[in-house]
Amino acid sequence: MTIATAFLALLEERPQHGYDLKRAYDQHFGLDRPLHYGQVYTTLAKLLRNGLVSVDGVEGAGGPDRKRYTITDAGVTDIQRWLDEPEKPDQYLQSTLYAKVVGALLTGRSAAAVLDVQREEHLVAMRELTRRKQGGDLADRIICDRALFHLDADLRWLEHTATLLDELAAELRGTKE
Amino acid sequence: MSALIAAEGLHKAYGPTVALGGADLIVHAGEIVSVMGPSGSGKSTLLHCAAGLTVPDAGRVAYAGRELSRMSDVERSALRRREFGFVFQFGQLVPELTALQNVALPLRLDGVSRRTAERRATGWLDRLGLADKARARPGELSGGQQQRVAVARALVADPKVIFTDEPTGALDSIAGERVMEMLTSAARETGAAVVLVTHDARVAAYADRSIVVRDGRSSERAGVR
Ligand SMILES: Nc1ncnc2c1ncn2[C@@H]1O[C@H](COP(=O)(O)OP(=O)(O)O)[C@@H](O)[C@H]1O
Ligand SMILES: [Mg+2]
Repeated sequence: MTIATAFLALLEERPQHGYDLKRAYDQHFGLDRPLHYGQVYTTLAKLLRNGLVSVDGVEGAGGPDRKRYTITDAGVTDIQRWLDEPEKPDQYLQSTLYAKVVGALLTGRSAAAVLDVQREEHLVAMRELTRRKQGGDLADRIICDRALFHLDADLRWLEHTATLLDELAAELRGTKE
Repeated sequence: MSALIAAEGLHKAYGPTVALGGADLIVHAGEIVSVMGPSGSGKSTLLHCAAGLTVPDAGRVAYAGRELSRMSDVERSALRRREFGFVFQFGQLVPELTALQNVALPLRLDGVSRRTAERRATGWLDRLGLADKARARPGELSGGQQQRVAVARALVADPKVIFTDEPTGALDSIAGERVMEMLTSAARETGAAVVLVTHDARVAAYADRSIVVRDGRSSERAGVR
């Protein structure tokens, strides 16, 4: 997930200033990599240029931090497209998928739907590997097994998370205050 | 293509426990469909309703366009014997009978001569790698071998649908794979459809598609891809 996409999700939740966006980003998506202010303003400039956000108010006497940003319809469409598109199953999946879950919850969308789309993508990959394995020699089988066990682990994480969505949503609501 | 099994809007409660709260299952001829979901979600109840072993409180189940609830008990049990095969997690073989006699049993119950029944049973035991175990009793076989005998028995009457509930649940992963490979390749060869209930994604991956049951509701989503 890019910084720009994270900003769009945060701005769909509510219009915000650059400073608040940085804080919210660091809290939900940044983990141990807080944003620099430079990144915040280049990202916002790019989003403005592409028509995905607009400025809905300027307070006081200029200075970039006085602008309040809001998402445009094109920005909302962009977020929806991001959430609809399943991730390629790979080893980095879980953190990306976690970001999608938070993005869906923050914007009042269905995180369960995000997980459903991903489950199907994983199952498709597992069926393909299982077919390959049945036609292959022992080395093929063992290589396919490694991928199958990893995908299975992802799916267990996914099922586990699906049962925690209400709790996570409540926690995210709590941190907005 | 019309559905071989169409189970729609199934509801089933056991006292205060809602096992199914509006579940669907559509199975076309020859396809392998896995039914996944956490334990207690209603997978087994869905399988039992679809196979006519349990009567749902509401909803309909049709096999080849005929509603099960409109059949007499005699018709329903003939349907199960002739058109369906079953493989469960454990305890399905008759301990006093040999592997061969166990596999031949559904044919014998349906009035087929001993000679013909045992000839067909021998063919299936060979096919499942158990030619040398024909005379063994279940207690003398490993868990994986017993499940393969159960698979042979499910296939011997040339069913249109095999219903199987956690067929690898009691096996280690290698024995489980062997059972799944044999079950699915035999089903594909004979054109039998399979309803495969499992909580295990690696087992579900032997299917053509999966549906998920959660709190008694199923997602008939995403077809063959
Ligand atoms: N014969 C029964 N009597 C009482 N409760 C049952 C019976 N069969 C199933 N249940 C209950 O219905 C729910 C669904 O069960 P089941 O279909 O066996 O789920 P699964 O196969 O997904 O584990 C569970 O809460 C289970 O305890
Ligand atoms: Mg069960």
